[in-house]
Amino acid sequence: MSRMREGGDRVLEVKSGIRDRAGLLAKLMIAPAILYVVAMIGIPFIMAVMYSLSDATTGEPNYRFVGLRNFGAALADPVFRLSLKNTFFFALVSQTLVIILSRVIATALMKEFRGKWLARFLIMLPWTAPISLGTIGWLWMLDSIFSPFDWTFRRLGLLGTPGALLGPMQNLYWLGQPGLAMASVVIVHIWRLLPLATVIQLAGLSSIPKDLLEAAEVDGAKPWRKTLEITIPLTVPIISIAFLFGLVFTFTDVTVVYVLTRGGPIHSTQVLSTWTFFKGIEGGDLAQGAAISLFLFPVLAGVAILMLRMARKREVV
Amino acid sequence: MARVQIKNVSKSFGVVRAVDQLDLETGEGEFLVLLGPSGCGKTTLLRMIAGIEEPTVGDILIDGKVVTNLPPRMRNIAMVFQSYALYPHMSVYRNIAFPLRTRGVDKKAIKEKVNWAAGMFGIEHFLNRKPRELSGGERQRVALARAMVREPSVFLLDEPLSNLDALLRASAREELRQFQKRVGVTTIYVTHDQVEAMGLGDRIVVMNKGLIRQVGTPEAIYQWPADTFVATFVGSPPMNILGEGAILTGFRPETFLPADFVKGGDGAVTYPFEVTWLEYLGAERLLYGNVGEKSHARHVVSRLPGNVSLPISAGETYHFAVLRSDIRFFDRESGLRTNRSPS
Repeated sequence: MSRMREGGDRVLEVKSGIRDRAGLLAKLMIAPAILYVVAMIGIPFIMAVMYSLSDATTGEPNYRFVGLRNFGAALADPVFRLSLKNTFFFALVSQTLVIILSRVIATALMKEFRGKWLARFLIMLPWTAPISLGTIGWLWMLDSIFSPFDWTFRRLGLLGTPGALLGPMQNLYWLGQPGLAMASVVIVHIWRLLPLATVIQLAGLSSIPKDLLEAAEVDGAKPWRKTLEITIPLTVPIISIAFLFGLVFTFTDVTVVYVLTRGGPIHSTQVLSTWTFFKGIEGGDLAQGAAISLFLFPVLAGVAILMLRMARKREVV
Repeated sequence: MARVQIKNVSKSFGVVRAVDQLDLETGEGEFLVLLGPSGCGKTTLLRMIAGIEEPTVGDILIDGKVVTNLPPRMRNIAMVFQSYALYPHMSVYRNIAFPLRTRGVDKKAIKEKVNWAAGMFGIEHFLNRKPRELSGGERQRVALARAMVREPSVFLLDEPLSNLDALLRASAREELRQFQKRVGVTTIYVTHDQVEAMGLGDRIVVMNKGLIRQVGTPEAIYQWPADTFVATFVGSPPMNILGEGAILTGFRPETFLPADFVKGGDGAVTYPFEVTWLEYLGAERLLYGNVGEKSHARHVVSRLPGNVSLPISAGETYHFAVLRSDIRFFDRESGLRTNRSPS
């Protein structure tokens, strides 16, 4: 389509649709994401803050402002303090081990060997299983009577006979003793997050140019120096991202503790997320639950900021 | 300073023979260039000398000692990679210091040596920067400094100039050559660029498909190519090769000139040259065309120096000639140069 302009030049006229209006199109495309964040994260967060400042219960959700009383009450509660400690303990211990183990596995997977695809498949498997199903599987593995671990130890003579290394009892009662229950929770967290960390570490390792390692060899570096001075420094940003991801996943997880121990025995495996659930939902004290859950907020916000920083740093390198 | 000897070395990757029964020996302090198209095995050979790759069979000797199965760190070699392979998380200083630290040199001596190496390549003023803050040419100097700081007995370079832009490459070539003469370290240099090879090498090793085709001075390689591969790989444009019989005739484009300009020696061979295309390049003109009877015309190129101002246009036929002494003969079957001429 064209028409004559005054000067006689022809002007091309094309019907412009919404596709050509970049600004409007961008807004439309990003709208669902913003809607999602507001509806699923923003509103619940504001509600949590509001509830934490009220005395609402599940039976009587009427709003009455009570100030910071709920936070004071939470802090005064020894179970809360134990939960806070456990939350950090589980997250830090399990994620430290996850980083070390995933590094070992990733290093092995960088090499070529027969059946590598099978190894990779098996390593990825826990990530594909729903957390609750996986944890129920572990519940059976750690059963007080039928645990295959106990059976193996008994067979090896490490358990169940007088003077045996692990004691004369027939079973270890994994989930029944505070120390073992904590170890069990840590093990399941490791099992669950190892695949993700391995994949992240694999990406990190394969992003190191082969040239660099060869140059280090020519420059006289022995294997340990190559690892300490080249591989690890170059993968620190991505290791940190894996670590922080893992922290967030363990901090916010309810399922593992809920399915395995329900926080027991005697709150020894209680964490903030489960304590929130028991207090606020099962116990009905909405306000207390909201206050407890908000204690996680500064930690998670800090971790998120760190993660974004790391991600940006990574782009520069 | 040391000599490198390659004895009957082969390297296979699966069924592919990257390097096939090579024998080669450098002189002391020699600048040896490995030249060949990509995939000819030149880089594999260099990596075997470095110790990054192990030969499938054969032996590599440095300074008379067999190093075939020694790791790189026990060979006292230095290598500059095509990518430079600078450690991105270390400052320039730490990069250059790295080979010394692995040898357990004490801190004070490291500082002295790094400053010496940095001074040699004019990079003293950015020792504290990270590699990513440097330009391509600066990175290359850092890589050279890191290689030289340990005073290696053999210096290996894998296409170190290919990442530089054309202008920088010429000056880097000159600097590299002068530096090597000054230090006098035995140097093996891999490249696919024949201009680099001609300009840098005391001797050139022309390789193709894992085999050495010719070893010789740049002059010998250019004037007396051992076979048609060398004749057509070295030189731009390559040597013209003509002939129908068992013997092929070859001559360089710059020796193929209008008949009036070809005089002296033991006479010349004249061809009718039908020019089909010409390129004006300033210092010279390249004439593309065919010689011989129409039925078996052969494509040739002539390179006219800029001071030959004879008017020439495409589509016309001219009398061009080449001196007999500039003509080389090759056996069609084997491709090898021969003294027999087609009768």
